[in-house]
Amino acid sequence: MATIFRKELADFFTSIRVFIFFLLVIGASAAGLFASYQGIRGISTESGFVFLKLFTTSGTAIPSLTTFVALFVPIIGIALGFDAVNSERSNGTLSRILSQPIYRDNVINAKFLAGIATLFIMVFTTILLVAGFGLRMIGVPPNAEEITRLFLYLLLTTVYGAFWMGLAILFSVSFRRIATSLLSSLAVWLFFGFFWVSLIVPAIAKTTEASLMLQRLSPHTLFGEATTVLLLPIWRGAGLLTAGEELQYMILNPLSLGQSLLVVWPHITGLIGVTAICFAVSYVLFMRQEIRAT
Amino acid sequence: MADKVVIETKDLTKSYDGVTVVDHLNLHVGENEVFGLLGPNGAGKTTTILMLLGLTEPASGSARVYGYNPTREPLKVKRITGYLPEKVGFYGNLTARENLMFIAELNGISYAEANRKIDELLEMVGIADVANLAVGKFSRGMMQRLGIADVLIKNPRVAFLDEPTSGLDPEGINQILDIIANLPKMGTTVVISSHQLYQVQRVCHSIGILSKGKTVIEGSLDQLGREALAGGSYRIEVETSHPNPKLIDLVNKIPGIRNVEAKDNLLLVNADLDLRSEIAKVVVGSNTPLIQMKIQEFSLDDIYMKYFREA
Repeated sequence: MATIFRKELADFFTSIRVFIFFLLVIGASAAGLFASYQGIRGISTESGFVFLKLFTTSGTAIPSLTTFVALFVPIIGIALGFDAVNSERSNGTLSRILSQPIYRDNVINAKFLAGIATLFIMVFTTILLVAGFGLRMIGVPPNAEEITRLFLYLLLTTVYGAFWMGLAILFSVSFRRIATSLLSSLAVWLFFGFFWVSLIVPAIAKTTEASLMLQRLSPHTLFGEATTVLLLPIWRGAGLLTAGEELQYMILNPLSLGQSLLVVWPHITGLIGVTAICFAVSYVLFMRQEIRAT
Repeated sequence: MADKVVIETKDLTKSYDGVTVVDHLNLHVGENEVFGLLGPNGAGKTTTILMLLGLTEPASGSARVYGYNPTREPLKVKRITGYLPEKVGFYGNLTARENLMFIAELNGISYAEANRKIDELLEMVGIADVANLAVGKFSRGMMQRLGIADVLIKNPRVAFLDEPTSGLDPEGINQILDIIANLPKMGTTVVISSHQLYQVQRVCHSIGILSKGKTVIEGSLDQLGREALAGGSYRIEVETSHPNPKLIDLVNKIPGIRNVEAKDNLLLVNADLDLRSEIAKVVVGSNTPLIQMKIQEFSLDDIYMKYFREA
């Protein structure tokens, strides 16, 4: 499996696709930095966590870095997975690889792991770039809790990307044509990212609670909320508490890391859950699939 | 030659969506022989190979490759078999050498050993000069040559070649056929699936003809050829300057001769064995000048057509 993993990783890093995404990563980091450069002077520093503000502050016209990340991580995930299996099939390499003395699951496991490694490196690069230049810009070093929160955010983002990759791999196993799997993945992304939250949920949900619950069916919403809670310690999450009258009595001080984690625990579990489901389904499909040369 | 049966199928059956593509197939391939799997398109040749490799599960029946069951012990089978798919493909972004190295690594061949082997094989299939060129730039024929090298890198005990000569130029076909013909000497049993009857005849020791998933005929090429052509006998043409009834009578008396027919200057002899030297002795002994004598060669076309009409 290590051999396939190494080859897949090498493929990713020599492909034009990933090169373009690295440009995107650098671009997004630059834009995020610029946004916080514009916005960070205006925010109050009373609550502490100034360093985290680098990631969440939006500028006058440019959205914050986390917004960029939420936008490009699904695309990277899809780009890494949409042709994982069906391109091998149409190139005629799949039957050749599977006739070697390796277990069939090694092929798909290695592809998935190589994708996760690539995603992790990309997100890590983004965070390091912004952290490094941000440190130069504001001169406030991060404290231990901020570093922990950033690390958790890195893991969360990787899981989120892995979900989209898992979905794309699932489509690449089920559809013979590369274009079909790409378009299906993008369609799901568009549906959950845009239509679900802004069009469909308002149309069918009667109460705020129902609306929240429905919104959280979208991985996009889950990721957005989890990000906010992790990177804005003052945020309590859009739970039932904030919807009620108790809001006005709430003391606006930041949550401890443990409490923040408690708030987003269901989100993280949910994201890992859907990722696991996507992977498991593609795994089962792949294991049972006919391998014909033509 | 075929002392030991290394590939055996028993009532092997496979159906897709209710259509039976391989129907109670029984095949036997001896060790170190070249076996030709023939049949029209859709006869189930590729499916049979896939089942023997453990890439497809049979619906019923069983197969054995060197005693291993491909369905139950796929890894053991895959370790000793090489497979060249009909539409062979390689990673276009990697060079020929890198592609082969990847397969070598998957087979646990050491780096140094693999490197040596790759040089040797690329030389053998005639693409050593493009070893470091990305495969994406390869022509169909070059891919096919690389495919042969790819099968041989793991020193397989059985090589399954699905249409090994498709897309090759005439010189390439000869080269590849020579390589295939040499494989049994290196301890590799070869199973070829092909439509190119002439090529199959050149390299194969025995053949199996499939039609609609069933075995039509199976056996060694010599024997099948004689059966197809002359009901199992040898046909010898004897050309003399003036054949006469006395000579015919004399030839007829040689033990093992079935019948003799005269046609112009030719005597058409049917015999149980290759009796050319005996016939020559008789003809010369009767003071009739012998011009030439030849044993009639059968072609695989004859066999194929004969059994197809029957099927």
